Amino acid sequence: MENGASDIPQELAHRHLLGLADYSEGELQLILETARRFRDVLDRPIRRVPTLRGVTVVNLFFEASTRTRISFELAEKRLSADTVNFSASGSSVSKGETLKDTARNIEAMKIDMVVIRHASAGAPSFLTRCVDSVVINAGDGAHEHPTQGLLDALTISDRFDSFKGLNVSIIGDIMHSRVARSNMHALTTLGANVTLCGPRSLLPMDLEKVVHSGRVRVTTRLEEALEGCDVAMALRIQMERQGRNLFPSVREYHELFGIRRSHLDHYKDLLIMHPGPVNRGVELATDVVDHERALILNQVTNGVAVRMAALYLLSGSREEA
Amino acid sequence: MEPTDIIKAQLMDARDMQRTLQRMARQLVEMFALDETGGADFGLIGMQTRGVHLARRIQAIIQKVDGIDVPLGVLDATMYRDDFRMRMKQPVVRETVIDFDIRKKHLVLVDDVLFTGRTVRAGLDALMDMGRPASVHFLVIVDRGLRELPVKADFVGRTIPTLPGEEVRVRVRECDDMEGVWLVAYPETT
Repeated sequence: MENGASDIPQELAHRHLLGLADYSEGELQLILETARRFRDVLDRPIRRVPTLRGVTVVNLFFEASTRTRISFELAEKRLSADTVNFSASGSSVSKGETLKDTARNIEAMKIDMVVIRHASAGAPSFLTRCVDSVVINAGDGAHEHPTQGLLDALTISDRFDSFKGLNVSIIGDIMHSRVARSNMHALTTLGANVTLCGPRSLLPMDLEKVVHSGRVRVTTRLEEALEGCDVAMALRIQMERQGRNLFPSVREYHELFGIRRSHLDHYKDLLIMHPGPVNRGVELATDVVDHERALILNQVTNGVAVRMAALYLLSGSREEA
Repeated sequence: MEPTDIIKAQLMDARDMQRTLQRMARQLVEMFALDETGGADFGLIGMQTRGVHLARRIQAIIQKVDGIDVPLGVLDATMYRDDFRMRMKQPVVRETVIDFDIRKKHLVLVDDVLFTGRTVRAGLDALMDMGRPASVHFLVIVDRGLRELPVKADFVGRTIPTLPGEEVRVRVRECDDMEGVWLVAYPETT
C-alpha cells in the first residue's frame, strides 16, 4: 500500500517512541514502509543483517510480558544489536531501587537504546529525562503501546490499498487498554475511522469528544460496531481484573461482545485481529481464532518487522552518533 | 542535482550514456558468452536507486540486440552500510527484490558511480547473505577514483579522476528530470 509515496519523509522528527499520539501521518508511513523492507529480511535464508552492529539495547521489563519481550529481542538480534535483558523480578527493583536509579546505573554501563515496559503510564517519558539513551515504549500502564499500534497498522495495510475511509472497530476493555489508545491514534492519523465498543463500564467517558473529533465513535452494541466494519480488533479481557466486577460474567461478556462464527458468516469481508494472548471462547469464539480471516499470526510476524524498523529509524538519533 | 551543487562540467549527455551502455551490454554478452539460455547461469543486480535503472537499460539492450532475456534483481545495501555510526540521519531503506536463485549464478552488480568502494562492499555482503553466487562482477558508468577499500570495477563506462569535495552526479530520465553525467562542487556539510 502507498508504496513510494512521495510525501513520506526521509526521517523521523521524534527522538524517542513514547506513543503514537503525536506522530505525524508521514512518520507513521515511514515506519510502515521501512518495516516492509525489514520483513523481507525475515523471509531470507539468513534472517539477520548487520545494521545495528555495535549498538547496545537494554530491554527493561518491569511488567510481565512474553510476546512483546521476545519480539523486541528477536528484532534486536535480527539487526545484530547487542542486547541486555532486565526484568523486575529478582533484580535490584525488588530491593527497593527507584526507576531513575535503575536506569542511570544501566546507562552508566554504556548503552544506546532502552526498551521499557512499565505498569505506570508515563514511565518511558520520565525515563527520557533521566538518561541520554533513545527510549522506546513497550507498553506503559493504560497509556500507549506504540509498537503494537504500528504492527496492527502494518497488518491492516497488507490487506487494503489505503487507510482512508477504512472502518476499524476496537472491541473490549477500552478503559484499561494501551493497545486501544495506540491504535486509535495511529489509525485516525492515517485516515481510518475507529469505533470503540465495549460494556459501558469499560468505556472511558466522552472519549469520542476528546480525540480526533469525527474519526472516533463509541458504542455499547456489538452489532453496531460490526456493521460496515472492515477490521474488528478484539482486545483481551484481563481475567486478572475480573475480581473488580466491571461486568457480570465472562460468559455474559462472550454473549454480548464476543465475536462468533455467525458474525463472520454474516459479515463476509470482515477481518479479525487480536493483540494476544487470546482467551478462546471469550473475546473470540475458538473457530473464529482459527478462521482464515483471522490475522492474529500475521500480527505477530509484523511485530518483529515493525520493531526492527523503529529500532533502525530511532538509532539515528543517538546522542554521540 | 542537489540544491547546493555548483556545476563544473557536463561529462556525458544522454547520447553518450546510451552509447556507453550499448558498449557495456556488448561486453557482457561476450564475456559471459550469453546465448538463448543466457539467463540460466547469469543475472544482473541493479543497486538502488540509479543502478536499477541502468541495469534495466542494459537488460533491454541485450533483449533487443541479441533476443536474450537475462534476469534482473534489485538490491538495496542500506542495512549493510558501515557509516551507520557516523551519521545522525538514517538512510531510507529501499526495496530488495531478487526473484531468482542467485546460487551458482554469474552476477553483475550495476551501479552508477564507483567512489570509495564502500557501497559495493555492502552490496557484496548483502548478496552473500542471500546465497553463494558462482562469481560477482561489477559494472559502473563512472569510476571517479579516491578509493578507500581495495575494490575495482570489471566494466567501466568512463574513468574520471576527481578531487575530494567534488561529486559526480549521474542522472537518468526514469527517476530524474534530466539525463547525463555532471561533475559538481559539493560544499561539505558536517
